[in-house]
Order: sequence, then C-alpha cells, then structure tokens
Amino acid sequence: MMGQPYVLLAAYLLLTLMGGVLRAVWGPTRADRMQTAQLFGTGGSGVLILLGLAFEDTALFDIALVLALLSAVVVITFTRNMWSSGSGDEPS
Amino acid sequence: MSILSALSYLLIACGLVFFTAGTVGLLRFPDVFSRLHALTKADNLGLGLLVFGAILRQGELTVMLKLVLIWLLVLFASATTCYLVAEAARRHPDVKEGRNDAA
Repeated sequence: MMGQPYVLLAAYLLLTLMGGVLRAVWGPTRADRMQTAQLFGTGGSGVLILLGLAFEDTALFDIALVLALLSAVVVITFTRNMWSSGSGDEPS
Repeated sequence: MSILSALSYLLIACGLVFFTAGTVGLLRFPDVFSRLHALTKADNLGLGLLVFGAILRQGELTVMLKLVLIWLLVLFASATTCYLVAEAARRHPDVKEGRNDAA
C-alpha cells in the first residue's frame, strides 16, 4: 500500500492527542480543560490531512477545514459563557 | 522514492515532533498561561509543517490552496482563542486551586 506510512503517522498523531485528554481530566481550571478542545481542533485537522494523504481523498481536507472552523467557534462560545456565568467549576 | 516524497515525509515528521512538544507542554507546564503558550504556538507550527508536507504530494493548485487555507484559518483562530481563553482565565481564576492568581 502506497499510503500506509501516512496511516502510521496519523495513528501517532492521534496518540499524542490522547495524551492531551489527561489535561482535561486533571484540570484544574475550566480554561485548562478547554485547552484540550483547542488541541483537538488543531491536531484533529492534522490527523484528517494525513488520512487524506493516505487514502488520496481530498474530501478529507474539506472535513479538516470544517473541523478547524468549528473548534474555533466552540472555544469562543466557551469564553463568552465563562464571562457571563462567574468563576469556578462548582461554586465553592 | 522520489525526492519530493522524501521531503514530504521529512516535513511531516518535523511537524509531528512539534505536535508532540505541544502535548508535552500542555501536560507539563505549571499554569494556564504557559500551557496556552505551548499549545497555540507549537501545534500551529506543527500543523504548518504538516500542511506543507501534504502540499508536496498534491497535483492540483486548488487542493494546495485549500490546504494553505486550513493552516491560515487555524493560525487566525488559535491566535484569537488564545487571547480569549487567557482573558477569561485572568478574569475568573478558580481560586480554590490557587494555580492562576493573576487577577
């Protein structure tokens, strides 16, 4: 298979993204957890580009573009919500 | 293996090194702001190298431009969201953890 190295590279990139999940678990603040969503926006686009190379399918590049756009909207929505609703994960 | 595909693999491997650095920084750095710094800089450079590695394997100009567009969009979006998250974290520190006491 011609595209197999790209699949392996995509798998490695996905593995580093899974490392970012630890930060969402550890916290401690909501901004820290949200950074994992930022990581997934950037890294997810990277994974989709690599898979687009592997399968020689340019539709996957379109998906990467949409994912990059939506992850930006998610983080912007989060910060608006955080500004209006006070501080902390739980009131304590 | 042609020189173009070798260069493509080299660029993508460099990009993955930067992605790894971004994740390690996200896990190891001490507070919100330094973690934001690691995430938004290292990962964007990694994605840029990955995009240019991918461009070398494409034949059509429109697909190349689309890949560059993805990178530019991510650059613009992460510069904006980095500022917004840092501002939100500065205004609303979660004081019970005592980690980000900038406000």
